[in-house]
Amino acid sequence: MEAVRTYFRDIWKALSSIAIGMNVTIRHVFHPAVTIQYPDVKLKMPERARNRLYVNIDDCIGCDQCALACPVDCISIDTIKATADQDLGATSTGHKKRLHVPKFDIDIAKCCYCGLCVYPCPTECIVMTDVYEFAEYDRHNLIYHYSSMAPEEIEGATAKLKKADEEMAAKKAAAAAAAEAKKAEQPKQGS
Amino acid sequence: MEELLQPFFSDDYSWLLYIILAAPPMVFILVYALVTVWTEMKISAHMQDRLAYMYTGPHGVLQPLADILKLIQKENIVPTAANKPLFFLSPFLVFIGTYAGFATLPFSSAYIGSNINLGVFYIIAVTSIVVVGLLMAGWASNNKWSMFGAMRSAGQIISYEIPTALALLVAVMITGSLNLQDIIRFQDGGIQNWVVFGGSVPLVQKLFLIPFTFIAFLIMFIAGIAEVNRTPFDLPEAESELVQGYNTEYSGMKFAIFYLAEYANMYLVSGVAACLFLGGWSSPFGDFMSGPIWGVFWIVLKGYSFVILQIWIRWTLPRLRVDQLMYTSWKVLIPFLFVCVFATGLILVL
Repeated sequence: MEAVRTYFRDIWKALSSIAIGMNVTIRHVFHPAVTIQYPDVKLKMPERARNRLYVNIDDCIGCDQCALACPVDCISIDTIKATADQDLGATSTGHKKRLHVPKFDIDIAKCCYCGLCVYPCPTECIVMTDVYEFAEYDRHNLIYHYSSMAPEEIEGATAKLKKADEEMAAKKAAAAAAAEAKKAEQPKQGS
Repeated sequence: MEELLQPFFSDDYSWLLYIILAAPPMVFILVYALVTVWTEMKISAHMQDRLAYMYTGPHGVLQPLADILKLIQKENIVPTAANKPLFFLSPFLVFIGTYAGFATLPFSSAYIGSNINLGVFYIIAVTSIVVVGLLMAGWASNNKWSMFGAMRSAGQIISYEIPTALALLVAVMITGSLNLQDIIRFQDGGIQNWVVFGGSVPLVQKLFLIPFTFIAFLIMFIAGIAEVNRTPFDLPEAESELVQGYNTEYSGMKFAIFYLAEYANMYLVSGVAACLFLGGWSSPFGDFMSGPIWGVFWIVLKGYSFVILQIWIRWTLPRLRVDQLMYTSWKVLIPFLFVCVFATGLILVL
């Protein structure tokens, strides 16, 4: 008797649960779609979204702090010291620029979007933007070159620095020679 | 329709007449399949709060055409170890089995492919060719998944032929004919004469018949879903277990033909259910909106609403287990139908 009751209860359960399920699906047919037509319609990214990095190279002072902070080493920076007669100006935050930045490369393929490079920047020149569509056919195109210096400028700056260094070295050598000469003279005086 | 066209063809060209007479179901299947592919994708998407096709034409109405074009261009991949003749033959056999069923399916009071006396019996018999085709596909692919799918499909279709046949028997007992046109003519004259509401029999008999015809109709519908291998009875092509079942190895047009056969089969079982239980081409309002042209409208409307219902169920329910599948057929549907058949016979005799 119990078995018979279970048999009919199971059939009733099956039919009623099918009805419940079908009720759910038919209600969703008339529910407006929650998806959007992506390439045509785009959702606005949140205010603090972390996507592609952007470097405002005019504000960069070449301090290398972002490269040091990067956990995946995707930022590589070269700097050339500016000579005394050069004035590189100041950043928009008022920092004085003392270094040329001939190379500021970000390998965005390596970037893990942690945002750790953004916080140490003293001039707030490296920021995370809301751009997320930057697929490339060649992965070498994913290495972004942010430096604005032309090769000739780099050469010039390097040459200038070298010259300045040489001058400095010559001056130092002269000073040292002078000091030596003085030293050599002094015992004579003392004697 | 045959009598109507006969004078235009001399005896030498009578074969042309038969080709013309056989063409309407084919045209119908092709158009219907394109429409249903789109409808199914749209319904399933909206049930999941999505939009589905939106780019090809307004709301993606041209997408099925694009799909067909893609399938035509596709490479025809045949596994090296496959049994080539059987591999090529099986999709066509599956489609032929389904298409042959359309021969006795009436589309209006004026058009039926072949008005034979054993129409219902013929449909049950000839659609069994589909099983042979599916087994052939599974065997010829030389692939374990295909084989499992084909075996499951054969077991399932054979199990569910019995409840289908018994449910048809209920309607056949009431109408007293196996000819589908006669069955529909018996139900002509309005919604109260449909077999699902007891048929055009005296009122007292009708009141007793209604519960049994209704159950038989419901079971016919459930078994119909199982016959066409659709969710929740889609074990033969259970994606999560068997990749694609019997058509795993098929690509391009051969795959498309399997798909076409599945959709055609959906309409076939819906059409048979509509003819036997819901009055086929007869209008639900008696003489209002009845006639050969309106007949096409009514039968397609009835058949297609069942197709929509099948789609609705497909996107609602999960798949049954193999043992549950067999339990449903042998322990639930068949005993219930025995009771229905017995009770119907008793009521009709008394």
